Amino acid sequence: MSSTETNAADLQTLQKQARERLDAHAYEMVQWHFHESTGCPFWLEKKAELKFDPLSEIKNYDDIQKFPLFEDDWLRGGPASRWIPKALEGKPTYIFETGGTTGIPKSRVVIEDHWIDYENFSETLPDKYFPKGANWLMLGPSGPRRLRLAVEHLCQHRGGICFCIDLDPRWVVKLIKKGWMEHLEEYKKHTIDQAITVLTADHDIRCMFTTPKLLDSLALALEERGTSIREIGITGIFSGGTEFTPQWTRYAVEELLGGSPEEGGVYMTPTYGNTLMGLACSKPVTPEENYKISYYAPQPRAVTEVVSFDDPQQLVGYDQTGRVKLTTLTKELFVPGFLERDEGERERPFETYPWDGVSGVRPFHETASATTVGVY
Amino acid sequence: MLNIPVLRWGKPYESLEKDEVLHFSTGEPVASVSQANGGIIQRDMRKAQKARDILREFSCSELIGLIKKSADLYLNATLPLGDGQQSPDDFVYQQSSTTGLPEHMCRANMAKNSFVLENMHTILDALTRGLDLDILTRGYGVESRGVVMSYQAQTPVLGAVLPSNSPGVHTLWLPAIPLQLGLVLKPGPQEPWTPYRMASAFAEAGIPREVFSIYPGGPEAGAALLSSCDRSMIFGGTATVENYKGNPSVQAHGPGFSKILLGDDVVDDWEKYIDLIAESIYINSGRGCINCSGVWASRHTKEIAQALAERIGPVEALPPTDPKAGLAAFTVDGMAVAVWGMIEADLKEAGVTDMTEPFGARLVEQERCAYLRPMIVHCESPENAIAKKEYMFPFSTVVQCPQDEMLKKIGPTLVCSGITENETLIKALSDATHIDRLNIGAIPTSKLNWLQPHEGNIIDFLFRSRAYQVTDDRLAALKS
Repeated sequence: MSSTETNAADLQTLQKQARERLDAHAYEMVQWHFHESTGCPFWLEKKAELKFDPLSEIKNYDDIQKFPLFEDDWLRGGPASRWIPKALEGKPTYIFETGGTTGIPKSRVVIEDHWIDYENFSETLPDKYFPKGANWLMLGPSGPRRLRLAVEHLCQHRGGICFCIDLDPRWVVKLIKKGWMEHLEEYKKHTIDQAITVLTADHDIRCMFTTPKLLDSLALALEERGTSIREIGITGIFSGGTEFTPQWTRYAVEELLGGSPEEGGVYMTPTYGNTLMGLACSKPVTPEENYKISYYAPQPRAVTEVVSFDDPQQLVGYDQTGRVKLTTLTKELFVPGFLERDEGERERPFETYPWDGVSGVRPFHETASATTVGVY
Repeated sequence: MLNIPVLRWGKPYESLEKDEVLHFSTGEPVASVSQANGGIIQRDMRKAQKARDILREFSCSELIGLIKKSADLYLNATLPLGDGQQSPDDFVYQQSSTTGLPEHMCRANMAKNSFVLENMHTILDALTRGLDLDILTRGYGVESRGVVMSYQAQTPVLGAVLPSNSPGVHTLWLPAIPLQLGLVLKPGPQEPWTPYRMASAFAEAGIPREVFSIYPGGPEAGAALLSSCDRSMIFGGTATVENYKGNPSVQAHGPGFSKILLGDDVVDDWEKYIDLIAESIYINSGRGCINCSGVWASRHTKEIAQALAERIGPVEALPPTDPKAGLAAFTVDGMAVAVWGMIEADLKEAGVTDMTEPFGARLVEQERCAYLRPMIVHCESPENAIAKKEYMFPFSTVVQCPQDEMLKKIGPTLVCSGITENETLIKALSDATHIDRLNIGAIPTSKLNWLQPHEGNIIDFLFRSRAYQVTDDRLAALKS
């Protein structure tokens, strides 16, 4: 056998093992969420509406397709406690919101999921650029956001202290919708001023979370002060959002960060995530692959699939375009098939993540024009 | 297929994001255009002063000479474009194929741009009221009366967010280079052709490439350009104009709502002016802000509308290669249908009559595009909603309104041709601040005198007149 064939065989084995883990985990999670002793009021009530018995008929991941698609409107309004599994009652509970510029936001209860997701993500960060014990700057949204606490936990988990800023993303979206561009610009400056104040106050900050727009603004503002992201001490950047395009990444690497990590000394990793899923990691992004960004969900806790625009039960072929469908399978949350407001191309498994990924993530074309991208 | 890069101070930059510009009727890709992200523009603009410094190494008159040379190159030469070459015929074909404008109109616009380049010295002389252009270079000098004067550049570059649908607007940014200001352009998605060909002609004529940047891209690129250039112009709808109202850095060019007013003293002879009115409505497929979209008179309005409808109502949608083609296609999916929907809603109002109805359906849908054939709508009152509308095809209302109420009712008007000998009306028209360009007499709204400013004098936009005092001995030195 050639080494290519060996690698292919190894990958097949890895894929098979990952699939077996996913099937077992899917079975376990459905048992958990639909058993009277452990499930949450929402799913136990829903069970009565189903035409099948999840406890006896869901044996593996594929069986989850029997559930109707998850509607995120179910997450609006209270009582939030209907989402807390009985087995987890009494534990300290967080509520995280998404959206909410107008009307009732969607909310999700979380107990420890954000810690687990970000501890897992921590394993993927190279220590050379994200040193253990380093302090972090959270240059992203504050308020009732999962991201804000999750990044702080990630930093603490790695032994550092996380510095934060005030940033209200709902106000940003309102400014854009109102067309108050001068106010938007001033708010951006206010945000960046806070970041620069923290970064120049001898806190020895080495790592940060930020969004593409804010990184762009921060780099420009630092350059106007005669310094740079690297010179201010940053070596590791964790970032995310659908604006993370290959072109933007190339621009950031070449022009904001002084080149590749080896050249410029700054490592940036794109991620894709949300309040429902957690965090999908990226395959290493390289100039050789034209800065292509492929995301892989943290299976078996969450699965992303690329499905047909017409039939959400149908996967598209590799490299084909479709809508991103999310399934979340944690003890705290069961989301059987939720159609994200994003689309992309289906990517092949590889050794690190032996399951499907998604690349070219961008707002779903049918709703893109109605989507206001603020700071994310 | 041509690959067209972003130009960053003259240097080609191939983006990982590209937009395929498609032929409006066949769907075939005509060019692949690199797209700039906003950050690139903001970063590049930090070096904007260099463009002005480079241009100030030339005198204004030297630059005018190079611009004149580029007029011929733009019109007649085969010039480099992206990874290929472009002849004048290629340009006409490409512009027509992506904008939907008939080829003969593209050729006419090309000639218009070349004319402006060729006559730049006269145009600048008129716009500056005969100012010694060295005063703009130095920022100060002595005028003919022996008085020190100063015109200070407010920006090192002129930015422009350009539209896809109106190649005529390009004449507005052409004076920047001879005024020693760099150019920063974001072309319309379907019309990258003029900015790139112009830049190529400038470079071939000897103007350093480092003084212009072209950033094709989405709305983010437009916003980045506007926020990072100290002076820029944008072309858009009423909402765009409103958005930038009061912003001294942005000159927003929106709908023209240009009109022809017939005075009571001439209106009984309305037939004498029908050709002029029809031309004002119909020329360039009614796409320009200077096209007439309202004819106002106190009487004979129905007959005027009827005559105009008979003149332009029968015009058919013809292929863009047909020298008789008078209509540009709507190339953006669904736009013509949406426009027609708005018109249909307005036509339901009492007192509103579609005078072109007898000449067949106005909306002509084709496989990949659509046309709207010319429309003349009669309004019994200025209060009819459609009397305040303007669309991107030959469309005009004919509004019945007493002469003494016209100026109160016409609303903002870019070009007003007041056809009258009545001195009282002429005085009122001259005093009306909601009229920008004023023609007195039988002059089509579409007839531009290049020696007159358009929507604000670009010199006033780019330069600031200010006090500048010097000692007597320095003044004597300046005069010598």
